[in-house]
Amino acid sequence: MALSTVLETPGAGFNFENATRNAALEALFEGGQTPKPLKTGTTIAGVVFKDGVVLGADTRATSSEVVADKMCEKIHFISPNMYCCGAGTAADTEKTTELLSSNLSIFSLNSGRNPRVVMAVNILQDMLYRYHGQIGANLLLGGVDCTGNHLYTVGPYGDVDKVPYLAMGSGDLAALGILEDGFKHNLELEEAKELVRSSIHAGIMSDLGSGNNIDVCVITKQGVDYIRPYQESEYKDDRKMNYKYRPGTTKVLTEKVVPLKLEVVQETVQKMETA
Amino acid sequence: MEKHYTDSKVKGVSTGTTILAAIFDGGVVIGSDSRASMGGEYVSSKTINKVIQVHDRIFCCMAGSLADAQAVIKSAKSHLSFHSVQMESPPLVIAAASVLKELCYKNKDELQAGFLTAGWDSKKGAQVYVVSLGGMLISQQVTIGGSGSTYIYGYVDAKYKPNMTREECLQFATNALALAMGRDNVSGGVAHLVVITGKGVEHVVVPGDKLPRFHDE
Repeated sequence: MALSTVLETPGAGFNFENATRNAALEALFEGGQTPKPLKTGTTIAGVVFKDGVVLGADTRATSSEVVADKMCEKIHFISPNMYCCGAGTAADTEKTTELLSSNLSIFSLNSGRNPRVVMAVNILQDMLYRYHGQIGANLLLGGVDCTGNHLYTVGPYGDVDKVPYLAMGSGDLAALGILEDGFKHNLELEEAKELVRSSIHAGIMSDLGSGNNIDVCVITKQGVDYIRPYQESEYKDDRKMNYKYRPGTTKVLTEKVVPLKLEVVQETVQKMETA
Repeated sequence: MEKHYTDSKVKGVSTGTTILAAIFDGGVVIGSDSRASMGGEYVSSKTINKVIQVHDRIFCCMAGSLADAQAVIKSAKSHLSFHSVQMESPPLVIAAASVLKELCYKNKDELQAGFLTAGWDSKKGAQVYVVSLGGMLISQQVTIGGSGSTYIYGYVDAKYKPNMTREECLQFATNALALAMGRDNVSGGVAHLVVITGKGVEHVVVPGDKLPRFHDE
């Protein structure tokens, strides 16, 4: 296989060691209740338009019913011409995309070529398939390369599909409704951005696990425009973050000064060399 | 997305499909629907490609778990290409089918994928092979597979004739896929057909609204 792209060479053929290990671990827990990994509860979407790809995501990360992060970054950098939205287990999407990104930079340096979107997709597919669904990453990878504008979806079991538009995450059905209605081939930039924005907005309104702001990332041949946030939540609170009060805020009623009588107990002198 | 996957035997995205292959006079037609589903109730793709080219004149149709099928086909393509370089000639259709069979049989405990292989080679002409879930490999004149195939066994048994013309065979395949897509909930979308002969390969795509309609539709 292409050794210059990966830090560790996987063994030949299929390797299901991790799946069997996980199955054995499950047996150790009573009632088969393994600890549940943190899921972000997300709406992500992507659309291929005339000059490139637009990706969008909400920014809420939840830990059960509490919003753990209100400005979470779900659109991950892969390479200067590719970005990837991630839904599912937060740690898995983060680490998988980081691993992909570093492997692709090694490849770029070794081969002197810019990575193609299909290559990134193949690497992701191989890696996720090897882990047989144990890595809970639902990824939407979009990018522009010498062969054109591409948007791919990779599931946790390693299945791949090339799509003109898609939404993923817990808010996907709401977002997909907007996309199905509004999508046309060869949209203009502003139309595509508005379509993605309204689909993420639908996800935020209809899904409890999605919310706060909307991030949008536009990838074209000219470069990347990562607009974070593209649209701020209407329910944004006005926090000052700085709680310094000027002197006189609290009224002084009485003042009593007591001088302390101190006596020198020990005195040591240390000469410093300042030459 | 766990909420889409309720109680399906296949984890993740399933091709839940109708695939078929049939030999006619001078070549073979292989085709499938284009729906991928999760848990039997969510259509995750309306336009998935299940007819994959593994060599110049050899195509495979996949059924079962999409992830497993895609991984096996990827590995098979690479093996076949290497085999072809070593032999300095295009691979035989049976070679392609055998590569798939080895992968499916050796990993039968972990995999949930079945294949139809159809192609043309200079030794035996047009051939169709079936590699089932557990890794059985058999050769047939006409074969159907996937969840939608159960609804068209009668049609195929009654309507298939050996040595049909290319047009008759294409019509037969389109009708069969349309009938299965009409009854099976996890088959649908468009009909992807590939006609392989000694002279070359031709793709025919029949969109949903152009599929033949039968009574009650």
